[in-house]
Amino acid sequence: MVWPESGRYGRVWSPWREMERLQQDMNRLLSRESTPHSTTFPAVNIWASDQDVIVTAEVPGVDVDSLDITVAENILKLTGARKPEELKPAEVSHRQERASGEFTRTFRLPYAVDSGKVDASCDKGILKVRLPRAEADKPKKIAIKSQK
Amino acid sequence: MAEKEMQKREASSPVETERTQARKVFIPRVDICETKDAIVLLADMPGVDEKSIDITLEKNVLTLLGRVEPETYEGYRAAYVEYDAGDYERAFTLSDEIDRDRIDASVKNGVLRLTLPKAEPVKLRKINVKSA
Repeated sequence: MVWPESGRYGRVWSPWREMERLQQDMNRLLSRESTPHSTTFPAVNIWASDQDVIVTAEVPGVDVDSLDITVAENILKLTGARKPEELKPAEVSHRQERASGEFTRTFRLPYAVDSGKVDASCDKGILKVRLPRAEADKPKKIAIKSQK
Repeated sequence: MAEKEMQKREASSPVETERTQARKVFIPRVDICETKDAIVLLADMPGVDEKSIDITLEKNVLTLLGRVEPETYEGYRAAYVEYDAGDYERAFTLSDEIDRDRIDASVKNGVLRLTLPKAEPVKLRKINVKSA
């Protein structure tokens, strides 16, 4: 059975997608204690239209220079690191809730994008990447000729 | 990076103080460390800048409030959602006496850095007792 690719992204409801999500959630729950590096930092939202995709991520305290965005076809990879705050000898830590370290996240976008026209900006700790749809991937209307 | 340490925590809204705006409120994650002469607080508040943050110190209660406008993109549909935008709110009780005039706050890349210098200890006054 073939399900359209767009089904993963909410356009078409698919029971397999729900199953997949459930499986991913379960895997994440079970592997939570054993994996030192989380796969869910930074939290990401993806917005899509027919022309382009906007990916936003919450990356507070992440140096822009350490962020790396790579795009191939419809796969977006986001890597980076957040530097830990180092304590000086005379300093005493009261609370440490903010984590640090390296992160990598990979996403499959709803369609292939033009990697040459990707535009990324980072403001107030929120990364915003705009990825235009590849020309070759845009839907084309096919005129039907009538034969007399 | 342990997952539980990275996700935003949603604040439970206490009954006494309801908000007029139906917007989500999150508890920012903080690091607090104490140096010899100051308390330094770092808070993750993505989406907040120097204009949208309020810091108050009343008596010894420090309150952080950051306002974030939810992001919406006209003509786009949410294809995948992991985080919600909302305000940040958190309050701390400070044990040391703080020098209010020298409090320093800055925001960079969505991280608030607050330096609270400790007040000079009150000088001891010796009272001479005269013999009557």
